[in-house]
Amino acid sequence: MSQVSASNDIAFLREQAKTVRIEILKMLAEAGSGHTGGSLSAADVATVLYFSKMRHNPKDPAWKERDRFILSKGHAAPLLYTVLALSGYFDRSLLNTLRKIGSPLQGHPCSKLLPGVEISTGSLGQGLSIANGIAMGLKMDGINSRVYCILGDGETQEGQVWEAAMTAAHYRLDNVCAIIDNNGLQIDGHCCDVMALEPIAEKWDAFGWHVIDIDGHDIKAILGAFDEAEGIKGKPTMIVARTVKGKGVSFFEGKVQYHGMAPTSEELERALKELE
Amino acid sequence: MGERIATRDAYGDALLELGKKRKEVVVLDADLSGSTKTAKFAKVFPERFYNIGISEQDLIGTASGLSLTGKLPFASTFAVFETGRAWEQIRQTISYSSLNVKLVATHSGITVAEDGASHQAIEDIALMRVLPNMTVIVPADGIETKQVIEAIADFYGPVYVRLGRSKVPVVMPDDYKFTIGKAYKFHIGKDANIIAAGIMVSVSLDAMEMLKKEGIDAGVINMPTVKPLDNDAVVEAAKASGLIVTAEEHSVIGGLGGAVCEFLAENYPVPIKRIGIKDTFGCSGPSDELMKLYELTADDIVRTVKQGLKR
Repeated sequence: MSQVSASNDIAFLREQAKTVRIEILKMLAEAGSGHTGGSLSAADVATVLYFSKMRHNPKDPAWKERDRFILSKGHAAPLLYTVLALSGYFDRSLLNTLRKIGSPLQGHPCSKLLPGVEISTGSLGQGLSIANGIAMGLKMDGINSRVYCILGDGETQEGQVWEAAMTAAHYRLDNVCAIIDNNGLQIDGHCCDVMALEPIAEKWDAFGWHVIDIDGHDIKAILGAFDEAEGIKGKPTMIVARTVKGKGVSFFEGKVQYHGMAPTSEELERALKELE
Repeated sequence: MGERIATRDAYGDALLELGKKRKEVVVLDADLSGSTKTAKFAKVFPERFYNIGISEQDLIGTASGLSLTGKLPFASTFAVFETGRAWEQIRQTISYSSLNVKLVATHSGITVAEDGASHQAIEDIALMRVLPNMTVIVPADGIETKQVIEAIADFYGPVYVRLGRSKVPVVMPDDYKFTIGKAYKFHIGKDANIIAAGIMVSVSLDAMEMLKKEGIDAGVINMPTVKPLDNDAVVEAAKASGLIVTAEEHSVIGGLGGAVCEFLAENYPVPIKRIGIKDTFGCSGPSDELMKLYELTADDIVRTVKQGLKR
């Protein structure tokens, strides 16, 4: 077990999620562009994964028995960079280089440039297929690691997601645990107006997945869902995390325009006051 | 030139042999394993074979994931679906991250025949050649296909291999050894040189004999690796003859002809004629009749060489 600071301490994880949000906002404000809303909505789930649930070793990113994490919604790159930096994969000061020339912190994650990024993502709908392939390889090698994959809710409008949904169920990939960050918004507006998604849980159930429906900001519920998923045999698990886009900053919450907009310096100041 | 073998059959045999030698080889198909011949591997190694169903995008993603755990995935389906339907998945994951995934597609070109234009990939070389980190190989016959499969297994990185449905004459010598990026020179001509790939190599050799009878010294160079191109061989052919003719069962845009033109225009400009599908779709029909209809026969090459030489 090579965990960074494994903890089931809910107060600690809440505090850590707050730190994650602060770092996300700072790096986005510094970059001047990037995806605020979807980075904040998935922050609690990613915090629980990186600081409690996942077995991983920042000193040895290629450790064969590590749990894998695929950020299928690659535009939440600031969230991934933050949890990786706080875990110790690279120096925290690197976060200030987001989206700048020569930085390994590309606008969307690039696995060739940054340790800890399992695979480059950014074009939606593709991460779950990759997670399945990793899960198959791990099973062939008799490695008990788990593969976690966060998808956006709007992302599930991509047809490939449902191809992958069938594959995971068909090959009984119980080492796959996917999470839908169901914040209900996408670039053009409310998902229900752009292209309706509901009933989300029923769809995944019908595709042969074990489905857990939770409040995606409730640390205890998130921990409980990951524990439950680990006990499920013979089928993959989908955690439908009901979240709020821009969570943690009142004036970003539920605002579609902050999907792809970074905070201004004035907004950053106000946001940090709220969080701290 | 008696024996005829479909390159897809040679692939099925080579893949099975490779699977016996290397445990990390895994094979994925999208419901066409009987046609691509990966079924041979699947029968012997069912635990290392994944049928992904009719979902090419998922096929590519799953193969990518397997490669991330150190497996050596071969992903196969028809060329038009593999390179077309899943192009963006190949770009975003395999090419961008330079993954060790082997994309071996069959049923390329118009010799797919009766199935018609929907199934005839005439743009796959162009689609793969434009991707950074991608190696593109078009074997000429069964002997070369077997060699190519062994060679790409020893090479780390993404590779696209283009195979065909129909039986084609065996043209490569028994002791031939394929090397990625190296051309095979059957003959370097003084009047013209034909640079060919895939099934057009044997057609070009026929044309060479016909031209010889008319006193024209035309050479034939088999260029199995379209990317990276064997630049030295191209320059040698251009210097020796002053006329280059390219021949491929692919669009004249973006394939071998395009690659040779791009290189020679910048480095050693000589007159060039391209033989290939002339920016149009194919159609249904027997493959030998289609080869005539789309002007891909030895007679067409002879005529083109003479036009180029103004004879």
